[in-house]
Amino acid sequence: MRPSRTIDISTGLFVLLGFAAILFLVTQITNREFTLNSTSYRLRADFENIGGLKAGAPVSMAGVTVGRVENIQYDQKLYKAVVTLRIDGRYDEIPNDSDASIFTAGLLGGQYVGISPGGAEEYFKDGQKIEFVQDAVVLENLISKYLFNQASKESSAAEPASAAQE
Amino acid sequence: MPSLIREFFDGATTFLERAGRIARFGLQVLAATPGTVLRVRPVIEQVYNTGALSLVIIMTCGLFVGMVLGLQGYEMLNRVGSEEYLGTAAALSLLKELGPVVTALLFAGRAGTALAAEIGLMRATDQIAALEIMAVDPMKRVVVPRFLGGVIAMPLLTATFIAIGIFGAQLIGVQFFGIDQGSFWSQIRGTVELADVGEGLIKGAVFGVACSLIAVYEGYHAVPTAEGVGRATTRTVVVSAVVTLVLDYMLTALML
Repeated sequence: MRPSRTIDISTGLFVLLGFAAILFLVTQITNREFTLNSTSYRLRADFENIGGLKAGAPVSMAGVTVGRVENIQYDQKLYKAVVTLRIDGRYDEIPNDSDASIFTAGLLGGQYVGISPGGAEEYFKDGQKIEFVQDAVVLENLISKYLFNQASKESSAAEPASAAQE
Repeated sequence: MPSLIREFFDGATTFLERAGRIARFGLQVLAATPGTVLRVRPVIEQVYNTGALSLVIIMTCGLFVGMVLGLQGYEMLNRVGSEEYLGTAAALSLLKELGPVVTALLFAGRAGTALAAEIGLMRATDQIAALEIMAVDPMKRVVVPRFLGGVIAMPLLTATFIAIGIFGAQLIGVQFFGIDQGSFWSQIRGTVELADVGEGLIKGAVFGVACSLIAVYEGYHAVPTAEGVGRATTRTVVVSAVVTLVLDYMLTALML
């Protein structure tokens, strides 16, 4: 057996290294960009359709992530999805007539909430509601609209011809 | 033909008997644990034996597993034109699967065999009988500290393996293939959840309990001959590997 001091020191180093690795995994690898500290505040937005938006999705202004989607619920009275946004406390000067829209990152990426600033002098406060919202674009709706337009164009093109025949 | 069926039947019974004995032995170890916790010294020595001495092999293998993930992942993702997801792919596969499993297999090979051989040799050279004669419980003096040492060491080894592995993937992806460093890390941070890290550590801890228990069981119940100790060592590795992979499937299904 080696002298016990050496064993103690190397055991200590090993345990220290192990905990350093755990700390690295927990803090550096995971998504801890927005720790929910006391300075952050909540905003509410009601959407007709949120598409594939999930809790935890980023909230961005001009492409910069300023917060996260905290909670999504369905309101039975309004028939709308109530989305709670948690905005980082650093960004406390968002005009209160800004509008929120649901976008898709890339062609197949996840969905996020984009806020584009309005022109009001007053800023959003904790718990306020974003009045101007734009729903998620559902691909199937777009396609069906397009097909419907095509079909109505064809039928309207066909109608005068049949009318002329009469 | 009937002899074949009987052989199969015998094999199945032996397997069940063995599983039952290991489980009962585990309960005995747990029962003996409270009396041993106050004596920290032997446990520290065993953390050194199973943990600190396994560190070099764990770190080397972690680096190479991570680097292979970097090469293979880049090659595969390059075909679909999304190389920047390499970090996510490497980190998630290390955290959820490769880290705990490979660490457990290495742990069984490096530390488990050492434990089994040590205890088996103590049995073969009548040291355990001597302890019993001196009214020292060999369970408390020999088995429990080794078991606890392994249980403490495994999660730490797993975390080290994963961290080094991610570093290895980064080495290949960023330094060798030239993926942007920022997008590599932000992709990882954007997708890895705290639960994924938890899954890796839980798996590591469970495998640690299983592999340590198997090692001390095989050593303690080794046939007290040179051949018996050799067999116990071999069985430790084989049984640990099989149990680790079966447990891995169960844990994955549970935490999906």
